[in-house]
Amino acid sequence: MTLAPSSADLQQPVVRVQGLRILFPSLDGSDTVKAVDGVDFEIRPAETFGIIGESGSGKSTIGRALVGLLDATEGVVELDGRTLNSVPRRERRTARQAYQIVFQDPHAALNPRMTLMESLTEPLRIRGGVSEDEMRRKAQDSMERVGLRAEMLGRYPHELSGGQKQRANIARLLPLNPRLIVCDEVVAALDVSIRGEVLNLFADLQRDFGIAYAFIAHDIAVVAQVSDRIAVTYLGRFMEVGPAEAVTERPLHPYTTALLSAEPRPLPAHLREARRIDLKGEIPSPVDPPSGCRFRTRCPWAQARCAAEVPEWRELRPDHYVACHFATPHGIEAPPAAGEHD
Amino acid sequence: MTSAPRSLHAGETSSGSSPDADPAPSAVAAARAASPSAVAQAQAAARPASYSVADVPPSRRSFGRKVRDWGADDPFAVVALIVLLTIVGCSIFAPWISPYDPTLQDYNVILMPPSPDYILGTDDLGRDVFSRLIHGASASVYAAFLAVGVAAILGIPVGLIAGYAGGWVDDAISRIIDTFLSFPAIVLAIAVTGVLGIGLTNAMISVGIVFAPQLARLARARTLVLKQELYVDAARCFGASPTRILWKHVLPNAIQPVLVQMTLLMAVALLAEASLSFLGLGMQPPEPSWGGMIARAYLYMQIAPEQMYAPGLAILATALAFNTLGESLREAMDPTSGKR
Repeated sequence: MTLAPSSADLQQPVVRVQGLRILFPSLDGSDTVKAVDGVDFEIRPAETFGIIGESGSGKSTIGRALVGLLDATEGVVELDGRTLNSVPRRERRTARQAYQIVFQDPHAALNPRMTLMESLTEPLRIRGGVSEDEMRRKAQDSMERVGLRAEMLGRYPHELSGGQKQRANIARLLPLNPRLIVCDEVVAALDVSIRGEVLNLFADLQRDFGIAYAFIAHDIAVVAQVSDRIAVTYLGRFMEVGPAEAVTERPLHPYTTALLSAEPRPLPAHLREARRIDLKGEIPSPVDPPSGCRFRTRCPWAQARCAAEVPEWRELRPDHYVACHFATPHGIEAPPAAGEHD
Repeated sequence: MTSAPRSLHAGETSSGSSPDADPAPSAVAAARAASPSAVAQAQAAARPASYSVADVPPSRRSFGRKVRDWGADDPFAVVALIVLLTIVGCSIFAPWISPYDPTLQDYNVILMPPSPDYILGTDDLGRDVFSRLIHGASASVYAAFLAVGVAAILGIPVGLIAGYAGGWVDDAISRIIDTFLSFPAIVLAIAVTGVLGIGLTNAMISVGIVFAPQLARLARARTLVLKQELYVDAARCFGASPTRILWKHVLPNAIQPVLVQMTLLMAVALLAEASLSFLGLGMQPPEPSWGGMIARAYLYMQIAPEQMYAPGLAILATALAFNTLGESLREAMDPTSGKR
């Protein structure tokens, strides 16, 4: 069930996740919430790996686990071939600096009592061994690199706009020479008019510094635009992983198909080639997820087999994997089973 | 106040339609169509070459200007500050200002009402009330700062650690705090003074120990909220140690309510000093203190009620001044209130 890199790609992945499970105690403490329940993937150097899914599908939890903000209950998160826990304690601080995260809310990610200069020099201050002048110079360079004026370094976060704050959040990662940046809904809180600019900035930085991104969003259009590969999450599991274009243009999994059909399209209804698939009901509780295939309770093609067996990962097209019993390279091949399941 | 940051955007955008709009949207859009790197160049080129005075954010106003703005905003706080400075001044310069030796007894003038010679009268041993009031100020100031200082040094770190560590550490510390808080403060202070020994310093250390759980609980509650903040997560990703996170990220954002509580506790400490001295556990006779003066005046309440007014009003004014200044401090320390 590992997603091996294609034979052409022999580089060591930046991130290798195997059998990742992250469980939280439920609110009353009597049960566990299976936020992430068995996920495997790799992120290759300088690649943008998109993760899409509904709220509560566990995509942000995966992101936080990648940078060590959450511990895996089970499974392994390898960063450049090693787990953070295997790094000796005193080197761990610098080791984890190469793997960073940018959050959805640019304001909350900046300490309101620190000027931008203080916020931008902090990572290097923690690393140590860098002179004050050097840190200040790097902060100025980073500001200019992300399109902010160095004069703004004296300001406090509340004196900046949302887009400026998000740029500052990106700028303070640059002196760390990051290998991976987890982008957790980075443009969701921004004005539509500046989303494109921030996305362009991410693309520029990737081209110049070879940074790999784990790009988490619920907005398929955004993810499709920036990603090389896309993973579709549902209730803590991946449903489909593949090249961005293949996943968004010719999806294999019924869930992906439904998700895409829910995207608003700039065409009148009679001109759209695809019919909209309405999913029945709500996303089930991650405390007690359905047996077999997680998606079966809302899937229009679900059969008895879907409740009995967990679908295996199958590579139906090159580098394009799906976890569905009935998916074929040409579409779902199962008789519509309306009313056969409850 | 909100007009200043807004004018920043006005200065850097030509369209003004959105706070983030590019200085020259069309140029950038054209460049983006060409190549991504051209976008940065276009943005650089479109940036204005000079910045107006409105660009300087309020944080860079001069100190004198800030003090003046603060005074204009909050005249009560200025009065409170003057009261407190007067009291501190009295405590420092008492030997030079006071007309008499505060312990000098003169049995010819016992329980005298105010007169030109003794402007606040004399007490039951013929000592000048005005001189004793001035000398008592130093005991009061010393008592308030000592008690609150002890409370802060004990309480704040304990609260930060309990809140940040969580788990059994938090449980253990919280139970101890609850135990302390379940005692009536003054009774506990009397008990601790009994252990440490009688005297103003010991009495105030006791009061400080009694106050510490209040500050600890406040600091803990703030820490519980703040440790969930994204900027704390970001700092953890940078590899910041718990000490650094507590010192740089949690404490500066948690200190506001704690500081206000500390100024309120100053007022309570002042009253506690008065109570303990009244009970004979604080300042020992013949040295003057406001609480001790009230205690003596109380004995002669029937014949010389005016004896109580001077020390009573002094305690009231000082406690009020601490409260007022605390409130003002809270306002002034909030970077988003725009009153810096």
